[in-house]
Amino acid sequence: MEKDTNSTHNEFEKAEHKQEMQHQVISFVMMIIFTIAAFALVVSDISKYFTIPIILLLAVVQVVFQLYYFMHMKNKGHEMPALMIYGGLAVAFMTILTFTTIIWW
Amino acid sequence: MSTAVAQKKGFGAFMWDYLTTVDHKKIAHLYLVAGGLFFLLGGLEAMIIRIQLIKPDNEFISAGLYNEMITMHGTTMIFLAAMPLLFALMNAVVPLQIGARDVAFPFLNSLGFWLFFFGGVILNCSWFMGGAPDAGWTAYAPLSTTSPSHGVDFYVMGLQISGAGTLIGGINFLVTIVNMRAPGMSYMRMPLFTWTIFVTSTLILFAFPALTVGLFLMMFDRMFGSVFFDVAAGGNVIIWEHLFWIFGHPEVYILILPVFGVFSEVFATFSKKRLFGYSAMVFATVLIGFLGFMVWAHHMFTTGMGPVANSIFAVTTMAIAVPTGIKIFNWLFTMWGGAIRMTTAMLWSVAFIPTFTIGGMTGVMLAAAAADYQYHDTYFVVAHFHYVIVGGVVFGIFAALHYWWPKMFGKVLNEKLGKWAFWPFFIGFHLTFFIQHFLGLMGMPRRYWKFLDGQGLETGNLISTIGAFFMALGVIIFVWNIIYTHMKEPKASADPFDGRTLEWSIPSPPPFYNFKQTPLVRGLDALWIEKSEGKKAMTPAEPLGDIHMPYGSIIPFVMSLGLFIAGFGFIYQVDNPVWLSLVFIGMGITLGSMFVRSVKDDLGYHIHKEDLEKGDGQL
Amino acid sequence: MSNEDILNPKQMPHEPEKATLEGKNKFVGFWFFLGGETVLFASLFGTYLALNDSTAGGPGTEELFGLELVFVMTMLLLTSSLTSVYAMYHMKNNNFSKMMVWLGVTVALGLCFLGFEIYEFYHYIHEYEFTFRSSALGSAFYTLVGFHGGHVLFGLLWIMTLMGRNAKRGLNLYNAPKFYIASLYWHFIDVVWVFIFTVVYLMGKVG
Repeated sequence: MEKDTNSTHNEFEKAEHKQEMQHQVISFVMMIIFTIAAFALVVSDISKYFTIPIILLLAVVQVVFQLYYFMHMKNKGHEMPALMIYGGLAVAFMTILTFTTIIWW
Repeated sequence: MSTAVAQKKGFGAFMWDYLTTVDHKKIAHLYLVAGGLFFLLGGLEAMIIRIQLIKPDNEFISAGLYNEMITMHGTTMIFLAAMPLLFALMNAVVPLQIGARDVAFPFLNSLGFWLFFFGGVILNCSWFMGGAPDAGWTAYAPLSTTSPSHGVDFYVMGLQISGAGTLIGGINFLVTIVNMRAPGMSYMRMPLFTWTIFVTSTLILFAFPALTVGLFLMMFDRMFGSVFFDVAAGGNVIIWEHLFWIFGHPEVYILILPVFGVFSEVFATFSKKRLFGYSAMVFATVLIGFLGFMVWAHHMFTTGMGPVANSIFAVTTMAIAVPTGIKIFNWLFTMWGGAIRMTTAMLWSVAFIPTFTIGGMTGVMLAAAAADYQYHDTYFVVAHFHYVIVGGVVFGIFAALHYWWPKMFGKVLNEKLGKWAFWPFFIGFHLTFFIQHFLGLMGMPRRYWKFLDGQGLETGNLISTIGAFFMALGVIIFVWNIIYTHMKEPKASADPFDGRTLEWSIPSPPPFYNFKQTPLVRGLDALWIEKSEGKKAMTPAEPLGDIHMPYGSIIPFVMSLGLFIAGFGFIYQVDNPVWLSLVFIGMGITLGSMFVRSVKDDLGYHIHKEDLEKGDGQL
Repeated sequence: MSNEDILNPKQMPHEPEKATLEGKNKFVGFWFFLGGETVLFASLFGTYLALNDSTAGGPGTEELFGLELVFVMTMLLLTSSLTSVYAMYHMKNNNFSKMMVWLGVTVALGLCFLGFEIYEFYHYIHEYEFTFRSSALGSAFYTLVGFHGGHVLFGLLWIMTLMGRNAKRGLNLYNAPKFYIASLYWHFIDVVWVFIFTVVYLMGKVG
């Protein structure tokens, strides 16, 4: 079946996709930088009370990039997905908090 | 081509039709029959427990068998009776209430049922294969990890498989409600039953994964030698308790919220008034769902979490009484000044209010962490959760079945027999469980095989057992009512109760495509709005056109059968590695059918406009 | 109009993954599923954090983990996330062959990752006798990381099945949602890995 892929009113969308792709490449570069920073922090043997919060923060920022740019959560039509991801994250937060605080007996 | 054609054929075709169906109305029948059978089984186990406790020092069954009975009664009633019966209602009603032709994923709907069914069968196979699970329905480690027979293995595999089915069902209904509502039906125009199912499905989505992980850890410990719950190797048994209750507490809201929806529909319909405080009811439903995730540790007050944790969980638990109270008052105000018809459905609903309020009150008592040390693991707790689960969920399911039976099967359940079933069950219920509050306060521990003479527990237990027989009588009359209705009662009209919501705008039972034309919703209680303007039917939102329908498929059955086979392999490979072959065969069947499903296009078919006009819904 | 015509329009829409009701359902449903997966992995992380000191006399995390291998694995998986973004970019531009190339690169990177992970497990078992059964830490470590590895394996099989099935017929509105949600799954695997390398390996190394 013939497909009309190069028609003119596609040009706008293509440009839009291209711009989105640029954002995604930028966020990829940032993620790589964050990863290297996290590994470097650990290797350089700084106090763990400094290192652990920072690497956790870097992880969270990376995940935000993944969700919002790579998985397009910033785009329209992602309201319900965002609601359920945040719901899941809330339960996840409660769970991990529990397992790091009140698991002893 | 159509599924309706098969109805007049022989038994084989009938069975094949149900094995392959992806029609939500038929899947509702499957859930109802399977859940109903498991309900009878769980009831039988309850009767055996009560007979054992009829007199002091009784020897009716052995101690080991008693442990199996209490475990299987709890597990069966929660996972294999209450959940599927609620899924039956969801399947039967939600797509109709939102004006949809089917659920979002008809194939997954069928898969969810068969996973539940085979999980339940695995669990009950344990009776014939060396003994049922005997560590309580909560299966606390290390009692469960050290239980010598294969019983707990059956518990793990059965719940894992049926839990996967429930999760699939939950996602399916979420997407159905989000994406498939008829034009004009905004979120705040959804009937309250649909709203409660929406919140329930969200709870399923977030609660069941915790159970999945807990069961995997248990499975690895029991079958593959890991040491999560083995303190000698650094394990920690509290992990199981937390994982179980992070799932387990939302689970009780998963059970109760749908019936809150049922009561909201029943009270509005049989009071001939719109639901009082609709938006407050929606708000309370969402709030209960939200708070439901912050209270699980109130099951663990005596574990030794410390006063801070206990206080936090006590406060959040008591907070749940607020939205629940909002609901109780809204139901009362719905009835206030209404033209009340005391049908059987209404009778169950009215009986629910005081019963559930007692359960809620003892709930607040149990939430007081300091006092809970006294109540914990006594019959007080048993009385409390039977007041909320039987007085709430079971009453609600009975109300719903009386209310929606004509929509599911095309006949109104006999009213006289309905009331004859109600009274023994209602009286028997209070006889059985009210006295148990006092037995608990007098110090009778739960889950004990025997009690001894001369401790003042004889009369209470005797009354309790007599009550249980009344409840059994009620259930028997209800079953007789079903048989009687299907033999003697006439066919029901589309709208036998003067209903308010969309499901009553189409024939009883509906054609397999539900709505010939998608209705246009102009407000809350969509059908009632049309009726009050003197119209006989809904205004269609679209011209008559071809309807797209999915094909049936046997793959969900085969996929679940594969897991069923693999389940036995997992359980018995501990004894002999030869059994691993069953794991490979079973997983091969399951993954193979997933592969087939993936590569074979399933595009569905169209019912043509001309056929719709010609058949006038009787295709 | 027959199904074939509906699913193979002359002009592919802007977002082919959401152009049909089935596509929209798949899209929303899969996101919801990922919400549930979040809780699943949180439970596993919680279990790991509760047990990460329970060595039962065996080797602890500081002794076990080597950061070089983890760094390489992280780079592989992060890059595979970007390549699957490229694949979706070409899907939206209706360039099927380029999409397939990028998906192929994604699969290759995923396979490398999986190979390294198997080597890592093998190394721990044979060099340190650190196994699934040796301590609660071992049980928790292999379960958490193994669940992630299982997800990687399933994702690879899934993407390869989709590629094989659709290699000859190109993109249409029936398979576009399938490709899209497979890529969402792949990104989610990367999200989980970000927390694994941070919480398990880096924090394990810091002590």
